[in-house]
Amino acid sequence: MAGEVVLLNFWPSTFGLRVRIALAEKGIKYEYKEEDLSNKSPLLLEMNPIIKQIPVLIHNGKPVCESLLIVQYIDEVWNDKSPLLPSDPCQRAQARFWADFVDKKVYVASRKVWRPKREEQEEGKKEFLETLKTMEGELGDKPYFGGETFGYVDVSFIPFYSWFHAYKVLDNINIEAECPKIDAWAKRCLQKETVAKNFPDKKKVYEFVAQTRKKYVSA
Amino acid sequence: MDEEVLLLGSWGSPFSRRVEMALKLKGIEYRYIEEDLTNKSPSLLKYNPVHKKVPVLVHNGKPVVESLVILEYIDETWKDHPILPKDPYERAHARFWAKFIDEKSSIAGFKACCWGEEKEREKAKEEAFEKLQFLENELKEKRFFGGENIGLVDITGNIIGYWLGVFEEASGVKLLTREKFPKLCNWADEFVSASAIKENLPPRDKLLATLRRRLGGANASK
Repeated sequence: MAGEVVLLNFWPSTFGLRVRIALAEKGIKYEYKEEDLSNKSPLLLEMNPIIKQIPVLIHNGKPVCESLLIVQYIDEVWNDKSPLLPSDPCQRAQARFWADFVDKKVYVASRKVWRPKREEQEEGKKEFLETLKTMEGELGDKPYFGGETFGYVDVSFIPFYSWFHAYKVLDNINIEAECPKIDAWAKRCLQKETVAKNFPDKKKVYEFVAQTRKKYVSA
Repeated sequence: MDEEVLLLGSWGSPFSRRVEMALKLKGIEYRYIEEDLTNKSPSLLKYNPVHKKVPVLVHNGKPVVESLVILEYIDETWKDHPILPKDPYERAHARFWAKFIDEKSSIAGFKACCWGEEKEREKAKEEAFEKLQFLENELKEKRFFGGENIGLVDITGNIIGYWLGVFEEASGVKLLTREKFPKLCNWADEFVSASAIKENLPPRDKLLATLRRRLGGANASK
């Protein structure tokens, strides 16, 4: 179970943050390596030759790629504490469904907010907010998506909150007003040390997003 | 134990058929309902309000949706003939390739065959070849991606093992050739001959006719 754990990451990545939080939840010590995505390291290319992306978890020399698969791997290997997925297969299926929804719908919609044309941006914003409202519906009155305890869906979704400040300032998307339950849930998650300690500074994220957008729009 | 298993599916959908393949492999009895996707039933909308798609597995009244999620659920609930390995690293490895096929290979394959302008098609073909090469390399000397037995990756790969061939015939674009991908072609032959799989493939002529009709409508959406 123990052994050498290395994480290849890029600090603003919401996907990498999932892994950092999962590792923290399990109390796993690891070596952190920051990647420059404009100049990918030989190690990254060797460990993830197919997708060539972060995050990559390297456990005893063997790579695991794709953030949700890494989180599941962590949960299965370090199964002695803080279970992230429920034990009941039906509830596990529900958890996997919602994490998949975050990837396929919430994340994809969040990228559409970046479109250079004004009407497309407005459409993108609308779609993004709709996905957040769907998540809000799923949360209901529960403290966490996992129910009473912080779990797999929470780990999958909370990193996106690190970009909400940037969306507010750059795109005038006020998630606090539009999705108050999601906002309350996020603040509740941030009270956990495992989340707060790993969360990037919101101003730094804003600067990063603003800079990246300039490149994207002018490209 | 009251074991009511219901599957809402669509005869031509590889996603729906994946679930049937897994159920067949494990010897699970189920009731099948064919959905008319142009006129979705109240049941489908009730059981999958978020995506409103097939397949939907309903087990003792509780729905499970998204084909890969369903496959994992089936494997966790019915332990005979496992489709995922026991070791966490091997499991992560299998999930990676299933995800790769689902997200990166199949869409590229279909794009190359049917959508877009001539220029876009060439680019899509190159992408498809690259993805198929990764799969060819991953297969190595194994009979199936799952090793000696059919596993998660093979089932997810039904889209490449069978549907791709039909798309190729419908569009006249050849991707999975024996000279370029000998291992993958052998795998496809083995896969479609396996009994649990063979019985769950839609009739080729019917699928071909449907695809030709859709392609005939030009720039068809999925």
